[in-house]
Amino acid sequence: MGGNARQYGEGALMPQLPARSANWERFIAIRRSATNNSVTLITILSTVLVLVPLVAILGYLLYKGFSSLNLAFFTHVPAPVGEEGGGMANAIVGSGVILALASAMGIPFGIGAGVYLAEYGAGSKLASGIRFTADVLNGVPSIVMGIAAYALIVAKQQHFSGFAGSVALAIMMVPTVTRTTEEMLATVPHAVREAALGLGIPKWRTILSVSLRTASPGIITGCMLAFARVAGETAPLLFTALGNQFFGVNLNEPMAALPLQIYTYAVSPYDEWHRLAWAGALVLIVMIMVSVSLVRIFANRGMLKGGS
Amino acid sequence: MGVDIRVENLNAWYGSTQSLWDVNLHMPANHATALIGPSGCGKSTFVRCLNRMHETNPIARAEGVVSMGGLDIYKDASPVEVRRRVGMVFQRPNPFPTMSIYDNVASGLKLNGFRKKRVLDEVVERSLKQAALWDEVKDDLKKKSGASLSGGQQQRLCIARALAVDPEVLLMDEPASALDPVSTAKIEDLIFKLKSSYTIVIVTHNMQQAARVAENTGFFLTGKLVEFAPTTKIFTNPSDKRTEDYITGRFG
Repeated sequence: MGGNARQYGEGALMPQLPARSANWERFIAIRRSATNNSVTLITILSTVLVLVPLVAILGYLLYKGFSSLNLAFFTHVPAPVGEEGGGMANAIVGSGVILALASAMGIPFGIGAGVYLAEYGAGSKLASGIRFTADVLNGVPSIVMGIAAYALIVAKQQHFSGFAGSVALAIMMVPTVTRTTEEMLATVPHAVREAALGLGIPKWRTILSVSLRTASPGIITGCMLAFARVAGETAPLLFTALGNQFFGVNLNEPMAALPLQIYTYAVSPYDEWHRLAWAGALVLIVMIMVSVSLVRIFANRGMLKGGS
Repeated sequence: MGVDIRVENLNAWYGSTQSLWDVNLHMPANHATALIGPSGCGKSTFVRCLNRMHETNPIARAEGVVSMGGLDIYKDASPVEVRRRVGMVFQRPNPFPTMSIYDNVASGLKLNGFRKKRVLDEVVERSLKQAALWDEVKDDLKKKSGASLSGGQQQRLCIARALAVDPEVLLMDEPASALDPVSTAKIEDLIFKLKSSYTIVIVTHNMQQAARVAENTGFFLTGKLVEFAPTTKIFTNPSDKRTEDYITGRFG
């Protein structure tokens, strides 16, 4: 503006802007900072708005659940109706077993499919079919997964089982894991792959040791998202794991799980059971948070300084 | 030790577009050969045909004979075998971002199943010394990621990584074009030293660079090798009018 004319001189190459009065310039400056401040304020308000329900839920859970937590909750099985006390030891262990098996089945298949989509099938009809199926599967209501597992396993075996529950949850994990794996592999620079191939490293080894390793932080996040999502699912377990009032780790039998136990207790007419349901919900959330954090800490170990 | 490279009637395509037309040339062992020419003239495609990287693009194909030390690399060897004997350094430094400096250099051996720690240690030290990077990184070989180095150091790391598998030929596709003049000078010094033990093919846009490092120079234009001659002849007395126009800056 005025400065340009001074700096470059009359007739210089810089385009001349029309002269503005000092008042006008001050007005523009104030308007700019006002816009800047109001947009910043909007983003802060949105963040608060998002956090309020989250904090409220956690706080209410802590308030309601913490008072009912005691050692017995972790060591005892549910007490029969009318008796005081009892815990959810069977449901905590059951959830752990069902989720471990579901992850062990769902994550490898999901990653494998993601690798195919990103590294081998790019552009093929099969790949777009798989991609479409995964997206549809991601939107299928969880109760449908439960019915599917019921029809595939429970109806065939003629009995409910923890295994059937794991299968239902594993199927739910696959689409998320597949799509994140594919997307994360797509962000690995082509140059890095070329470097590996150029060293005479076979393609399968390049994918395993270079592409997947470079993409691993994102893939781990995807797996954790899938895990956290199914950890709280109740519907797929209703027709599969069914629930169990007794302690057991036999995957071939009906098995207790925290979401099921919370559901049973929450819809019951007893105050004592309501309290236990709150405690169960708190334990479930803490279990998810702890396992996700543990995986993150474990995955970050051995990462090098200064890497991108 | 390096081997000589003989190319006969090499043609290459991307889809239906032909990008190399009947290239014939002979590059002697333990010499540096520079390839010059305007962007898109096929010189990168040509070097990528020399280690069969060209065919990693699903729509690309190549026909013709490329023999290294008498071995026809398209008939008598698999792409993976060829690439183990022909190292490549790319335009942009591309160290493996999740690997330490040590693992970057050792990757060619380690990822091919070689695990003897004592030998790996020796190879890593020798390769980094050959690439003139050892003194700068020897204290944090396993602590720092390859991506934490500066651009010039990263490129020398990539050269060390290529040398660690003990290739016979080293292909360099504009190895210094993304680097500052100091790093460029280091890379050129390096090429000068390395050519006693390797056959080097270097693609460059910088004609002074070609004149400084290479005994022979080839000039590519629209997918054809226009002229291939000793570097001094190309730059002082080219026999083709188009070569003369290019090196005097009349086009390209």
